[in-house]
Amino acid sequence: MKISILSGVFASALAVGTAAHAQTEIQWWHAFTGRLGTLLAEQVDTFNASQSEYKVVANHKGNYSETLNAGIAAFRAGEQPDILMVFEVGTATMMAAKGAVKPVYEVMADAGEPFDPDAYLAAVKGYYTTTDGQMLSLPYNSSTPVLYVNRDALSAAGIDPDTDLSTWENVGPVLDKLKASGSTCPMTTAWQSWVHLENFSAYHNVPFASKENGFAGLDTQLEFNGPAQVKHIAQMGQWAKDGKFIYAGRRNEGGANFRGGECALFTESSAGYAGVKAEAKFAFEIRPLPYWASVEGAPQNTIIGGSSLWVMAGKSDEAYKGVAKFLNFLSTSEIQAKWHQDTGYLPITTAAYDLTKDQGFYKENPGTDVAIIQMTSKAPTPNSKGLRLGSFDQIRGIIDEELEAVWAGDKSAQEALDSAVTRGNVLLRRFEQANR
Amino acid sequence: MEKRVTFKGWLLPLILLTPQIIVSAVFFFYPAGQAVWQSLFIPDPFGLRSQFVGLGNFEYLLGDPYYRASFVTTAIFSILVTVVSMGMALWLALLADRLIKGSGVYRTLLIWPYAVAPAVAGVLWLFMFNTRVGVVSWYLGLLGYDWNHVLNGSEAMGLVVVASSWGRISYNFLFFLAGLQAIPRSVIEAAAIDGAHFWTRFRTIVFPLLSPTTFFLLVVNVVYAFFETFGVIHTITGGGPQQSTTILVYKVFSDGFVGQDLGSSAAQSVILLFVVGILTVVQFKFIERRVHY
Repeated sequence: MKISILSGVFASALAVGTAAHAQTEIQWWHAFTGRLGTLLAEQVDTFNASQSEYKVVANHKGNYSETLNAGIAAFRAGEQPDILMVFEVGTATMMAAKGAVKPVYEVMADAGEPFDPDAYLAAVKGYYTTTDGQMLSLPYNSSTPVLYVNRDALSAAGIDPDTDLSTWENVGPVLDKLKASGSTCPMTTAWQSWVHLENFSAYHNVPFASKENGFAGLDTQLEFNGPAQVKHIAQMGQWAKDGKFIYAGRRNEGGANFRGGECALFTESSAGYAGVKAEAKFAFEIRPLPYWASVEGAPQNTIIGGSSLWVMAGKSDEAYKGVAKFLNFLSTSEIQAKWHQDTGYLPITTAAYDLTKDQGFYKENPGTDVAIIQMTSKAPTPNSKGLRLGSFDQIRGIIDEELEAVWAGDKSAQEALDSAVTRGNVLLRRFEQANR
Repeated sequence: MEKRVTFKGWLLPLILLTPQIIVSAVFFFYPAGQAVWQSLFIPDPFGLRSQFVGLGNFEYLLGDPYYRASFVTTAIFSILVTVVSMGMALWLALLADRLIKGSGVYRTLLIWPYAVAPAVAGVLWLFMFNTRVGVVSWYLGLLGYDWNHVLNGSEAMGLVVVASSWGRISYNFLFFLAGLQAIPRSVIEAAAIDGAHFWTRFRTIVFPLLSPTTFFLLVVNVVYAFFETFGVIHTITGGGPQQSTTILVYKVFSDGFVGQDLGSSAAQSVILLFVVGILTVVQFKFIERRVHY
């Protein structure tokens, strides 16, 4: 009896309590599990504890594609979250969805939150910004490809582990020596299309697609079958044939072979750092992605992969205020510096980069600044701002298929890239038609 | 021969049929109608706008050589999955049927794989055949065979067929075993006394008497190979390499949920609906004639 009275009192007190702090809930759908998911939850908890007006609720909705689909389906049903995490290849889809999203610059302006787009790294921001400089979504996790080197494997093959690997011209003889010394995996890669075509094109300042890689219009055409790309893919194909480049799969399957010590060189996202550091039982090092010195203009800058946060349309002003506060919170130097150091993703603001530098992180963890230097050393050109192509997830699938044909020796590099361009253009025209 | 029950009025049969009609309408006619309707449009992913294109989506699809090739891939895949899973199941059921001691354990073990979800089965097989760290591919390497389903289309096809058939063998096994046990012993014993060997008995008595089961499984397995193998293909090959394992239903998924091209996806569903419809008609019209009930 006593207990029930007590609990009744307690319950009513609780009800009064919540009524007094009518918190506005902000739904955030994301694609992170495991360690990234934990770190994300930590950010949310920090924000919720820092104020009492808003409560951010993070929901995991599957991988990147599944999260995007969940967001689309929810929008069609009128139940969209406030914030949706969308991977970089979904950018064009989101941008074309006028009426479904509320651009970040607008969210910030309406909420009266301070917002300085120039605080963000140009190479990161550019991917999510319109040609007239309006930031549409907030970069969340961004990485860029780098070269991971197994120093022990090089020594074992009688190669100086400090040898210059900055150009593909220099990488070639190293692969020869590794192969000759009996290595079963001189080099492997993750995300072949992202590293060896998308970033390759930006890095060598050649177009991936017309209309500034799609930034300037939906009527863009793929152009990655140019001489620079063909030369690179042909060389990779030759290396694959000779057993010097080992293809493990479309995603980051090759990572297991590098971390296990089998592969000497590995081109992979800078965000792979945490995994390599945790598992590698050999001396490893991060180097800048190699480029062809023979291509004029190389090295330009590389571009990002990862995701950004899109604010969905159709929410209350109150909710948008909370969203604006939360996005600003995510952009603070402390949060960004921690995220950068914990994950290997890039800091999204210059201030967070400086803070990490001041904290001495790069001195203690050599090579962790390679990615950011590689991305920011030159001002981005129309070829190296990023990509904005519709149906790009599927176009990547096509590129994967065609590259596999090259690695298998079924097609020449020129044939494969020509075919990928033709097939991809069909999808771009479908996308253009759907979003006219 | 056929028995027909005749109703006097039309009210009672209508009432009796209503639940079935409602279920069909809600779960089949309505979604199928939606698919047909949507296949005439090119919408944007968010449903903000939509353009009527008539048969444009079908024109687009049938003009795509990869889509046409996907019919052949589907045919090869479905035939292989059906033959492998039914063949293995029949063989195992014949053995289990002759078993006297420990048949319970044997049967239970054979039925187990059915409890494994297709996607999980896919991951299991993928682990074994992983080109770099898989156990099986490692042993194959020792034998001098360089297994690489990531680049080799036929190996990829072989792997998805085996992975898709594996769990299905259990299901088929159950039906075949039940079918075998329903065959009267006396018939088989009589044949044995007449001097018919195992193989002769199987060919002339067992297999014909088993035909209703076989026919049922044929229909069910073809439908399985067409629609339910998605999880296996998604986890093992993702339709690759070079679309060599992209069956029709996988392309519906990848166009609809990877490419967000709902018009093309809807049109493919409609085509798939017709293909399976025709296939079922063929099965019932032509193959069922050879079935002895």
